[in-house]
Parts: sequence; structure tokens; C-alpha cells
Amino acid sequence: MSDPALESLYREVILDHYKNPRGHGVLEDADASAEGQNPLCGDEVSIYVAFGSDGETIEEVKFSGRGCAISQAATSMLTEMVGGRSASEVAQMDKQELLETIGIPLTPVRLKCAMLGLTTLKVALHKAKGTPLPEGLADLDELELT
Amino acid sequence: MSPAVTMAGMASVSPAAQKLDARALRRDFPIFEQEMHGKPLAFLDSAASSQKPRQMLAAMDRFYETSYANVHRGVYELAERATEALERSRERMRAFLNAPQAREVIFVRNATEGLNLVAYAWGLWNLGPGDLVVVTELEHHSNFVPWQFVAGKRGAELRLLPLDEHGELDLSGLDRLPREGAVKVVAANLVSNALGTINPIERLVAWAHEQGAIFVCDAAQAAPHMKLDVQALDVDFLALSGHKMCGPSGIGVLWGRAELLQAMEPFLTGGHMIGSVRADRTTWGQLPHKFEAGTAPMAEAVGLAAAADYVDAAGLDAIEAHEHELAAYALGRLAEVPGIRLYGPPAERRAGIVSFNLEGIHPHDVAQILDLQGVAIRAGHHCCQPLMERLGVAATNRASFYLYTIPEEIDQLVEGLHAVRKVFS
Repeated sequence: MSDPALESLYREVILDHYKNPRGHGVLEDADASAEGQNPLCGDEVSIYVAFGSDGETIEEVKFSGRGCAISQAATSMLTEMVGGRSASEVAQMDKQELLETIGIPLTPVRLKCAMLGLTTLKVALHKAKGTPLPEGLADLDELELT
Repeated sequence: MSPAVTMAGMASVSPAAQKLDARALRRDFPIFEQEMHGKPLAFLDSAASSQKPRQMLAAMDRFYETSYANVHRGVYELAERATEALERSRERMRAFLNAPQAREVIFVRNATEGLNLVAYAWGLWNLGPGDLVVVTELEHHSNFVPWQFVAGKRGAELRLLPLDEHGELDLSGLDRLPREGAVKVVAANLVSNALGTINPIERLVAWAHEQGAIFVCDAAQAAPHMKLDVQALDVDFLALSGHKMCGPSGIGVLWGRAELLQAMEPFLTGGHMIGSVRADRTTWGQLPHKFEAGTAPMAEAVGLAAAADYVDAAGLDAIEAHEHELAAYALGRLAEVPGIRLYGPPAERRAGIVSFNLEGIHPHDVAQILDLQGVAIRAGHHCCQPLMERLGVAATNRASFYLYTIPEEIDQLVEGLHAVRKVFS
């Protein structure tokens, strides 16, 4: 890649996570799970979480899905970021933290791709904890989350 | 008078021209005077919306600068001029469609609004339990969702005509449908926006009429690219969008048979569409006014008529031939790209639209990397989710062409796709 714009958008680390996603798979007896879709581009992500014995610490996170490099790589990176952290903390996680890790400039359309995994994870955690979903979750009202 | 606003000023096209000179026409489009990310702009998204020629822009400017006032009922000179311009545009679109009468030409926002007008003002009043509305798997959401919604509201059922493996309509199941209910509406597009398939609707129209059904034609993707004749097509309603045929956004046409339009209740109510208004009762105005509530899109109508002049001067037959050539060239060049999957029928049976996927690379990633190469294509479901489901894909890449498209833009696309593959290798 010689084009600097291209290089900044499809950084090596993004492509690496896309081609070799971390935490890819399904947890059969997940303590928390949710599915998210971005109807605009057809990205799909399902997230599965297992809690530790305290019922609060995130012990394992897995995801399955299909979609563009940005959506899948961002979710892969997310699984590396949240292991060992508390569920209630991650349910409130600032999207900026993920965006800094992704580290590429995103247009509003691609921002939705990047946020799909985090938003879906938050829905899974709120559902498991029985806490109400924050209004306008991540300001991404076009996402379909179940 | 500025030469730009008359057809005589269109030096790039001679009336007898058989072959279209895309390079000359391209100079009429100011958008191509810029570079994109330091590269020449390869605009391959005309199926979503076309670019605009100076002649059309100038016609709108001139209307605003010299003849603008609200139309109808005004008694002063400007209002008369504006009214005349609006009605001249209506007559221009009547001629464009070879419609019998100008009062059958209803100005709407776009094809979507025109199709909704029919679904609501005809469908809501004429559909009921036991009735069938037949659409195709190839429909744009604009000719699908209104029918699904209105059929559901009235207890009628929606049936989908399937595609065969070549992306062409499979009509073999037609005979079964009348046994399942009374076919009241058949709605289909003339050209598919997603695959470019040119649908042979003659048989469907004849079949619809044998069932006593109305035929509603979505011509949004056909109008920019082929000669339309509502009398030869024998359809009952036909909708088009101005923005896809070099016209401004915000205006389209719904044409309908006068006897059907006259028997229908209005779609939108309010100013201008009335006969008389009393506290207890309102009567509707005559055609076309009954269906044109509120202030009309006057300047847009002027622009649309100028756009019709422009594409007619280029020649719709020449445009169609040019696009077949480009589609054949694109299908050949794209086949060189390893890992590509092409969708849709052979070049001779498609308009200038090519849908494809690169193995293992999501269309949004493809489109984003192409953008950095100055190539604009569309990636997504193209408002055709039932079709995408049929193809077994979430999305496709779509390159589409128009009268200003040159082969170099397709070359730029192919080079860009090689770059995309390199990023993901």
C-alpha cells in the first residue's frame, strides 16, 4: 500500500483482526448474548459472554458474524479489550475507548460499522443484568438489536 | 438568450446522430471538472442518481430569475408566466411518455411517491380479502413496500414472481395465481435497478389485463435509458424520477389512464386540489390538480422538461446502445479480476448496470478503497433486500453507467479492484 489515505484507513492491524479474528466462535452456555445488525450494509454480529464465578467479571467473550472489515475487526479488537473487566463497567464503556483502539478516521457511515460490536455487547450485558438500556444507545438508532 | 438553455446550444449532438459521443456530452456536466482524491472522477453510480448538465441547470436558473411566482390563480404577468412554464413542462413530459393527454401527467416528488399514490389512492379503495397483489423479486423497495403495506391493511395478499438463475423473471408459475385469489394489481419494474435486467413486461401486462388487474410500471430505472411509450406498453400507471434522467431531485412523474385517475379518491389533500370547500363537504378539482395538493415543484418541473430535451437530443436509442456497449465492455474487463462474481443477465438484455462481488471482501470495503482511487460505485442492498436474499448475499457492489460514461472510467474501476485485492491479499 503506497496511498497514505488507504494506509490510514485499512491499517495493518485492522486487516490482521479481520483476517484472523480473535474470540471468533460461539459460547453454547453464555451468561449474556445479543445479536446486532446494521441494515444499512448488512453487517451482522452475535456476541456471547461468560461471567466468572462472581457473576460480574467478564471471563470470556466470543463473537460470530459477517460483514465489512471495519465491523468485524472492531468487534475482534473489542473482545481483547473487555476480558477481565466488570460487566457493569463495560456496559457503560465510552465508545471513544474503542475508537482510539481502532485508530482510524471514520466517516459517519463507517462509524456505524465500527460501533456494531460494542453496541451489541452493551445490549447483551444490560439484558443479562436486567438493567435498562440507555436511551439512544451510542446514538446508533439505525442498528437493529435483539 | 444564453445558448446554454436552448437545444440549439447543444452543439455536441446533431439530430441525425446515430451514435452517442459520450466524451462530448461529458463536457456539458460541470461535476467532471474536478478531481477526486487527486484522481480523475470515475462516476459509476448513475443508477442511484445521474449528474446534471449545464443546459438543465440553466433552464432552472432562468425560470427563477425571470418567471418565478406561485402558479395558478395569480392574475399578474409573472404568475401567468410561471403557470405557463409549469404546464409547458407537463406537456413536455406527456410527449416524453407518448401519453394521450397532458392532464394524465401528475407531478410528484419521485417515482416512490408516484407508486405510493397508486397504492393508497387506488389500492386502499379497491383491494380486499381474497385479492392478490403480484410483484416481482426484482422490485425496488419503492414498488414493493407500498403494496405490502396496503395489501396488509386491506386483507389482500402479496405474491412474488420469482427469478430464474440468470436473474430474469420466471413467469412459469403465472397460471397458478388466479386459482389462489383475484389478481387485482400487477406491479413490476421495466429495468431492475440492482441487476440491470430489462424485463419483458409485455407478457405480464397482457396477463394482468386478462385477470382484470391494473398494471403498475416502475420506470424509474428505464426512463433515463430507453424510449418510453405508455400506449405501446399498454400499462395503466407508470412512475419515473427526474433525478435519474439528468433532471433535478425532488420531482418525478406519475402517469395514469385518465379514466382510472378520475375514478380515484385523492392521495394528498389541501390547497390547489379542490373544487370547492364548504364546512361540511369538499369536492375535488379536475385532473391533474386533484393529485397535486400544495404549491407545485415549479422550477423542478422546468428542469425536468429541460432534462427530457437533453436526453432526447442525445437520443434514447443511442443512449441504450451506448450502455449496452459499456455493459459488454465492463463484463469483459471485470471477468479479468480474480475472485469476482458477476450477477445478472448477459449484456444484450441489461441496461448499463453491473453488479458484482469480490470473494471474501465486503462491498463496503471495496467501495471505500475504490473511493480513494477516485471511483464512485454503490455498495449495499440497493433497496432490493428480497432480491439480495434470493441471490444469497447481504450486499453487492454496483457500477452503473449513463450517457456521459466513458470506457476509461471502467478501466479505472478494474485497476481499483486490483488495488482492493492487494489490500486484502
